[in-house]
Amino acid sequence: METVELLIIGAGPAGLCAAISAVSSGAKVMLVDRNDTLGGQLIKQTHMFFGSEKQYAATRGTDITKILLAEIEKYKENIKIYKNTTALGMYEDGVVTLARNDKYIKVKPKAIIVATGASEKVLAFPNNDLPGIYGAGAVQTLMNVYGVKPGNKVLMVGAGNIGLIVSYQLMQAGVKVEAIIDAAPEIGGYLVHASKIRRLGVPIYTSHIVKEAIGLDYLEKAVLIEVDEKWQKVRGTEKEIDVDVMCISVGLTPLTELLMQKGCEVKYVPELGGLVPTRNENYETSIDNIFVAGDVSGVEEASAAMVEGYLAGLCAADKIGFRHDDFKKLKKDYIEQLHSLRAGPESDKIRGGIAKIERRAQDV
Amino acid sequence: MFESTGVATREMVMKTFPTKERLEKGSVAVIECYKEIPCNPCATACRQDAIKTFVDINDLPTLDHERCNGCTLCMVNCPGLAIVVVDKNYTGEDALFKIPFEFKPLPLEGDIVRGLNRAGEHICDVEVVKIQNPKSFDQTAILSLLVKKEYLYDFITIEVGVK
Amino acid sequence: MKAELRIKNHPILEFKKEKILKFKFEEKDYEGYEGETIAVALHASGVKVLGRSEVKNRPRGFYCAIGNCSSCLMIVNGEPNVRTCVVQLEEGMKIERQEGKGELLWKL
Repeated sequence: METVELLIIGAGPAGLCAAISAVSSGAKVMLVDRNDTLGGQLIKQTHMFFGSEKQYAATRGTDITKILLAEIEKYKENIKIYKNTTALGMYEDGVVTLARNDKYIKVKPKAIIVATGASEKVLAFPNNDLPGIYGAGAVQTLMNVYGVKPGNKVLMVGAGNIGLIVSYQLMQAGVKVEAIIDAAPEIGGYLVHASKIRRLGVPIYTSHIVKEAIGLDYLEKAVLIEVDEKWQKVRGTEKEIDVDVMCISVGLTPLTELLMQKGCEVKYVPELGGLVPTRNENYETSIDNIFVAGDVSGVEEASAAMVEGYLAGLCAADKIGFRHDDFKKLKKDYIEQLHSLRAGPESDKIRGGIAKIERRAQDV
Repeated sequence: MFESTGVATREMVMKTFPTKERLEKGSVAVIECYKEIPCNPCATACRQDAIKTFVDINDLPTLDHERCNGCTLCMVNCPGLAIVVVDKNYTGEDALFKIPFEFKPLPLEGDIVRGLNRAGEHICDVEVVKIQNPKSFDQTAILSLLVKKEYLYDFITIEVGVK
Repeated sequence: MKAELRIKNHPILEFKKEKILKFKFEEKDYEGYEGETIAVALHASGVKVLGRSEVKNRPRGFYCAIGNCSSCLMIVNGEPNVRTCVVQLEEGMKIERQEGKGELLWKL
């Protein structure tokens, strides 16, 4: 059994920021991630981030990873980093089990921050399992981590921010995007992203869905169909397009399995991607000393995930006796940053979702 | 309409553009940011105090065209690639457009390339007069392009070679 | 190796592809690069079908590429159910398509 003060599960944007925040408060941290690189999905984001300077705006996601890792490096004596390590379970007696390079490890931390992120949703239509149909994140991994194109002609399903950004990245990789479709009557992502794809000649078909995929062993064609305002298919509006890749970008769902195993209260909140843990303003769940940060606490932009990480790291460290010298100032700042990131009209849904899971303040 | 196409209408474009009088006076930025999102790098980048400091990070940028000198700092810092810089009277016939460009291969100076409108349609051919891609621009190159004045309100970018 | 799927000139990123690794897929010779996963090396070589489903024998390719979805399970050096989207390619690996659940090497 290894003793740990604070265990952070997941080293994406939220987990990295949580580690920096906790360790700068004086806590000793164990940071585990199942991948062999740190940064989570940040390492695939070649675009400049939105937000303000505090959330590294106008910096590319790939470079934000470098900034955060350089920060982590400063505290390396107090951060134990386990890569290739999967958290298997969180038990009643406080033990967390980990699999590291086929070895089984048990740790008993005083507090835990779960920052496991989210997984991509799938979409139901005939032949949706054909090879050539990939999640948008998979396409990003292939292109932006390994330098391999997913194919030659792509249909993007979903015009949210991820769908729009990945379409642009596909073009940067030299792949033709035949069309972007979305079932909704309006584009879901930021319109600046939509405009920058549209002006390069990629059509965006709103109120369109995939009727079926066609192919014997892999995707060869996609059939699109329009839907009316009641989401019913409009007969006779089918369009067949030749594509060898279909990229599914219809949202993410929080990876809450560990929290549920532990018994943390979760609620189904569609605005936040599905089952999400309830939490207080410190990002502590219904169980003492179990904190959350990032997409696992509700799917949002990475900018918010980073601030949530800083806030949860600060509060988790405080909870186990390591109060940062500027605790009150920092906490106020992080809460204000989150508030302002979520203040705009594009965040109506997020605010509605958070209202359902945030348990009102105990100790501030 | 814009919400379902991503293509700004003529009316929106005209409202965003500087006045005719300002256009006569030389380089100026055109910021096509029509929807409130949490994003403020243009305002923090501006050294001329031309883009009003945001009260709320979700504010739309308001550009004082009189103060703007077309320096392009906001353009390379805009994560949405929503800014171009226009010098209407660069020559008798042509306006000079500076646009952000993140594709490879970059065109060469002197190339004639296909000019596109906001819907991605080929509307004119334009000449590349200058390419700037220093390290400080962080891979967002600036292309300077000669565009016939009649396309001032239509031209927005150039075709990229994805076949 | 199909050259056309490898990105040669990217506006933002550089890809270091240094050491070539040789491996076998369905007993034929293939090549990939050190540092990439099995699924990526196969994809770059034009292999899309990584296995077949248990009941309906449907073709399976990868879906999530981050080890979540189990769509890319293959037999690697005789071991079934290897998540090829997250396991790194190694020199001399023997990779086979997996049909259904695969059989464990050890017996109770």
